[in-house]
Amino acid sequence: MAAYILRRILILIPTLLGVSIIIFFMLHLTPGDPAELLLGERASDEALKNLREHLGLNKPLYVQYGLFLKRLVTLDLGETIWTRQKVWVEIRQRFPATIELSVTALMISCTLGMIFGIISATKQYSAFDYLSMLGALAGVSMPIFWLGLVFMLIFSVNLGWLPISGRLSVGVDLEVVTNFYILDAVITKNGPALRDALWHLIMPAFTLSTIPTAIVARMTRSSMLEVLRQDYIKTAKAKGLSQFKVIFKHALRNALIPVVTTIGLQFGVLLGGAILTETIFAWPGVGKWMYDAVMQRDYMVIQNGTLFIAGLFVIINLGVDVLYALINPRISIK
Amino acid sequence: MLKKTLLCLAVLAVVCAGAVLAAPKPGGTLIFGRGGDSVGLDPAYETDGNSFMICDNVLEALVEYKDESTALEPGLAESWTIAPDGKTYTFKLRKGVKFHDGTPFNANAVVFSLGRQMKEPKLKFSGKAWEIPAQERPPEYWVSMEMDKTVESIEAADEHTVVFKLKRVDAPFLANLGMDFADIISPTAFLKNPKEFVRNPVGTGPFKFVKWVKDDQILLEKNTEYWDKKAGPYLDKAVFRAIPENSVRFLELKTGNIHICQFPNAADIPLAQKDPGMKLISQPGMNIGYLSFNHTKEPWKSNTKLRKAVAQAINRKAIVDNIYQGQGQLAKNHIPPIMWGYNDAVPQVEYSLDKAKALLAEAGFPEGKGLDEITLWCMPVARPYNPEGLKVGVAMVADLAKVGIRARIVSFEWGTYLKRQREQPPDMDLFQLGWTGDNGDPDNFLAVLYDGMASSSVRTQWQNSEYHSLMEQGRQTTDQAKRAEIYKKAQQLMYDEMPVIPVAHSTQTWPLLKNVQDFKLHPTASIRLKNVWLEK
Repeated sequence: MAAYILRRILILIPTLLGVSIIIFFMLHLTPGDPAELLLGERASDEALKNLREHLGLNKPLYVQYGLFLKRLVTLDLGETIWTRQKVWVEIRQRFPATIELSVTALMISCTLGMIFGIISATKQYSAFDYLSMLGALAGVSMPIFWLGLVFMLIFSVNLGWLPISGRLSVGVDLEVVTNFYILDAVITKNGPALRDALWHLIMPAFTLSTIPTAIVARMTRSSMLEVLRQDYIKTAKAKGLSQFKVIFKHALRNALIPVVTTIGLQFGVLLGGAILTETIFAWPGVGKWMYDAVMQRDYMVIQNGTLFIAGLFVIINLGVDVLYALINPRISIK
Repeated sequence: MLKKTLLCLAVLAVVCAGAVLAAPKPGGTLIFGRGGDSVGLDPAYETDGNSFMICDNVLEALVEYKDESTALEPGLAESWTIAPDGKTYTFKLRKGVKFHDGTPFNANAVVFSLGRQMKEPKLKFSGKAWEIPAQERPPEYWVSMEMDKTVESIEAADEHTVVFKLKRVDAPFLANLGMDFADIISPTAFLKNPKEFVRNPVGTGPFKFVKWVKDDQILLEKNTEYWDKKAGPYLDKAVFRAIPENSVRFLELKTGNIHICQFPNAADIPLAQKDPGMKLISQPGMNIGYLSFNHTKEPWKSNTKLRKAVAQAINRKAIVDNIYQGQGQLAKNHIPPIMWGYNDAVPQVEYSLDKAKALLAEAGFPEGKGLDEITLWCMPVARPYNPEGLKVGVAMVADLAKVGIRARIVSFEWGTYLKRQREQPPDMDLFQLGWTGDNGDPDNFLAVLYDGMASSSVRTQWQNSEYHSLMEQGRQTTDQAKRAEIYKKAQQLMYDEMPVIPVAHSTQTWPLLKNVQDFKLHPTASIRLKNVWLEK
């Protein structure tokens, strides 16, 4: 197992190298120039020339790529073009916000999706089944943007239950340790901040979770249906086992394999989907940050941010593979 | 008699009550909702409004713009004198002013703050000299305002006197010193950690910088030791929250979670008008949106009649009424009417298809014959002076078709648009662009935008020697009344030659909560909270 994990981690290197080449050249061959965007209408020829030189944009592309790789080898992600801050510091400030949001959304989707999926499968063609699958269809089809605004109108403007946007109310003090606000509030034993952070998390997390919830629900349902038709389930039922035991002990575990794969992949989708959610809910995360960077052609942010996310994605997939072995002893990792 | 006295007393009481009500009340936290986060907070290196609005409250310059105008008033300099040859400016500084870190504001701080932006600094300190740090990158505004071509040296004559020696007479120089890039920073704070000053600014302003949560909020608190005891600050704290979505920002205002909503959707303004808890504030912007010809190619370069025909064929009023949605003003000159030197005697370009057709025939292109299909470059992004470049372009193309000119819309991503436009390529005939003023000086519009003979950086590249000499004169004359006359002549010349068609000056209108008092929008788009207070 250890050898397998090590091998997978080693594969990370060529994968990231490939990603870096694609990202770098796609980015630099796309029209647009950070210097023009930074200086806007007022740019003088001299100011543009100075800035391009300063940013190294006047060097040939292969030299720029070489410099980028050289920095990467020393684990230096460089400085952003716009804010003149270390890219790594910017990631550290924003990534926890995105992870907090996506993990909560993922937990909501797993819980709700699996519950709906299991009930739908065991009560196939019942009213519940039809309703939940209709709900799932609606869930995948609704644009996040629209849904977020509707939630805001209902739960914030009309009912006044939840805050509209942001991560923490103005005036709530929280000593930031890790930038995971919930964790920070727990570490510093700050009850009001914990309540406020959770309160702010509910609406964006639910909005973000709609699509994955729907996908997990449909996946669980179909996978369960397939397993429930197997002979060993009939045997279990014939043995006189309770419905609960049959479903949770015998069926679910086998039905989970494709579901876990889906959840692993959904996590990547969540990170991407977070761009919209973060924009609407003014959530200071990495999605909005990357989007702005693309609009501003902040090459440093896009190159390094993408590499970081790609690396993380590969590691999550590795985690999923290891999880297979734990769920199903018949799968062994060599 | 008694009745009269009572009545008088009653009136007096009401007046007094009114006066008491209008007196600013200290205290409270104001939350300002804006569209994006600041990029950085070192005024010398920033280029965007979201960064400058924080600098506006934390830092100050030698001279300041008056409320709601760009007339100058003393800031950190108490007074100044200009030598008769116009090349030496002597500033007397305010005494007893302290930076937020407790260090004194003095002439050396001025020499340091501005001197660090010079390419080859020629500086003199009074007493102990500050070490000038290497430039982090070219200071954009210092370069764009051509300060290196103007400033010869900066010297501290004594602790409270600074002398600027200039290489050339440059009338807008004083107005430039009121801009954000000329803000005075604490040298001690800067040198303590030069890399981090951009995220931790220390100045003399009415508010102190406290905390920055990236992409979320910036917190400022009252500077209790502010030098100007006559005015604020009244607010205990000010929070600038980044809420990127316009409609969400408006919802936050509606529920009372923020006090001021920057850049609302045009559709939300009537809603704000009806809302009993909100009020609207309006200010004509210091900007111009224009349509220019490509002056590096024929027939545009030398055919004045053709240019006038195009100007008369476009129904600009309809564009302003319908696309600017009431947030614009039809332009006839290339500087906004709020600016000194505006020539109101210049006539408005008349919209007339008949006259346009007649001019087109005189120009040698009857009914557009002889003109190939032309390109009209449309801006891909919304700017204050042009909210919807493509829609404006579609309207213009339709108008031109009515006189027989066939035009095609062209657009690129913004960075590419700016870059290619600068190259004046032959596949560009007409292009939209515009400008938001920096310092309220007509030179900052008329010379920077249209005097193509001055520099290849001028985007319209119109080459007219008469106009060029007017611009030179304007720069070298220090008397404002005389300068106004020069710029009025230039505006008339632009009307006669029509090198660029003025389209609109936009107005900005923002909704805010009723309890926010004395908040004013400024033509330079700076946000000042010094005098703002909250009614409980």
